[in-house]
Amino acid sequence: MDYAATTPVDKEVIKEMLPYFDKTYGNASSIHTFGRDAFDAVEKAREQVAGIINAKPDEIIFTSGGSESDNLAIKGIAYKNKEKRKSEKNHIITCAIEHPAVLKVCNFLEKQGFNIEYIPVDKNGLININELENAISKDTFLITVMFANNEIGTIEPIEQIGKIAKKNNILFHTDAVQAVGKVPIDVNKQNIDLLSISSHKIYGPKGVGALYIRKGISIESLIHGGGHEKGLRSGTYNTPGIVGLGKACELSKDRFTKDVSHMKKLRDNLIKNVLKIEESYLNGHTTERLCNNTHFRFTAIEGESLNLMLDDKGIAGSTGSACSSKKLQASHVLLSIGLKPEEAHGSLRLTLGRYSTLEEIEYASDVLPDIVKKLRDMSPLWNG
Amino acid sequence: MADFYTKKVMDHFRNPRNMGEIKNADGVGTVGNPQCGDIMTIYIKVKDNRISDIKFKTFGCTAAIASTSIATEMVKGKTLDEAYNLTRNDVAKELGGLPAIKMHCSNLAADALREAINNYRKKKK
Repeated sequence: MDYAATTPVDKEVIKEMLPYFDKTYGNASSIHTFGRDAFDAVEKAREQVAGIINAKPDEIIFTSGGSESDNLAIKGIAYKNKEKRKSEKNHIITCAIEHPAVLKVCNFLEKQGFNIEYIPVDKNGLININELENAISKDTFLITVMFANNEIGTIEPIEQIGKIAKKNNILFHTDAVQAVGKVPIDVNKQNIDLLSISSHKIYGPKGVGALYIRKGISIESLIHGGGHEKGLRSGTYNTPGIVGLGKACELSKDRFTKDVSHMKKLRDNLIKNVLKIEESYLNGHTTERLCNNTHFRFTAIEGESLNLMLDDKGIAGSTGSACSSKKLQASHVLLSIGLKPEEAHGSLRLTLGRYSTLEEIEYASDVLPDIVKKLRDMSPLWNG
Repeated sequence: MADFYTKKVMDHFRNPRNMGEIKNADGVGTVGNPQCGDIMTIYIKVKDNRISDIKFKTFGCTAAIASTSIATEMVKGKTLDEAYNLTRNDVAKELGGLPAIKMHCSNLAADALREAINNYRKKKK
C-alpha cells in the first residue's frame, strides 16, 4: 500500500519494452535501420506522453525522471531568464509543501541570488491563492506549484493558478508526478507552461520521465553534450525506458476512468474503516484528494514503529515521522498544515493503485486497530 | 527499513520485555520530549538495594522501544549502583549496535533508568 512511492511495471509495458533491449537496440540518433527503428519508437512514445496531458509531441522532452524534470524546468527557466533579462526579474513563487525536487532547487537558486517566495497552505494542504496573488510582483517570472501533494494527496487549484499566471504573464510549472493517471490534466485548459512527469509512478519503469515545455518557451539546458532533445537534454536515448513510459501513459489514459473509480472506492472504504479507531484522524483534504491517497495520524504512537509492525504483517506503508527520516525532522508537509511535531510522528500514509484489491483493504483494516492498540499500550502518552 | 536494525533490535521491538507500569513503583523516571519523537518512562521496585522489578513504557521508534526493553532486562536484579552505571553504549552494544542516527535521539533508556534511581533515592531521604 505504498503506490505513491512507486508502482510495479505493468506487464503490457514490459512486453512493449523488451524488444528494445536486444532486438531494436540501435542508437536512436544513428542513421541506419536499427537506429531509425529506435528513433520511431521514441517518437511514438513522445506522442503517447503528449496524449495524456493534451500537449503536442514536440513539446515533450525525455528525462531520467521526475526530479530531473523539476530541476530542468525550474533551473532551465531561471538560468534562461537571468541571461536574457540580466537578472532583473529574479522572483520565483512556490509552495511550502512542494516535493524536495522542487524545494531544494528553489533553495539552491536562492543561494545564487534568486528571490524565492514560499506560499503557505491551509490545514488541508491547499495553497493560499490570495497570498499567491499578493506575492506576485513585476519581478516574478515563474510560479511552480505541485499538481497534487505526494504525502497527503491534496490536489491544488491548478486551473486557478494557471489563470493567475497567464493574466500576469508569468510562466507556470507544475510537478504532476503524483497526479498523472489520477487527475484529468489538460495543459491548455489549465494554462500550464511546464509539467513534470515520472514513469515509475504510473506502472512504467524507473529511471525515466518527461518534461512538457509549451511551444515557444525557451529554457537553458542542464546536461550538455550531443545535443539530443533539441539541445535541451543531451544523452543517448534510453529507448526501452522511453518506450515503457510511452506505453504506461497510453495505458493510464485508456484506463483512466476505470482506475480512478476503482482506487476511489477502495480509498473511501479504507478511510471509513481506519477512522473507526479511537483518536485517529485523516490528514489532507476530504474531497480535493488524490483517488489513491490515505494519510492518517494516531495519537500517542510513532510512525516508524507503526510501519515496521505493519511490515511484519506484510503491509507496506510510509510515515512523515521524524524518526524515519534521515534528518530526524518531521515532514515539512505535515508541519506546514499545522500539525505539531508529535502529531506528525504518529502519521501513516497508505496509498493504493491499479492492482489494489478489496481484500487488501479489509486485511489492513483488520490488523491496524490491533497494532495501534499494541503501540498505545506501550506508550506513556496514552491514557486509554 | 527492518534491515536497518539488527535481529536483536527487531526481536525486542516485536516482543518487548518488561513492558507496562508498576502501580506502586519505588522510583519513576521519564526522559525525552515529544518534539524529537521519543519519550520513555521506567518504573522500578527496589528491594535490599537491588532492582527487584522493572517495567517501561515508550513512545517512539523501533530503536527507542528496543533499547528500553533490553535495558530493563540488563539491570533487573542488579544493585542500584550497578544499574546507575549502565551507559547508552552498553545498551547499544547489547542490541548488536544501533544505526548512528539513532544513537542520540532514541537511545535514552540508560538516562531514564538513572532518573528512576534518582527519583527513588530522593524519595528515601
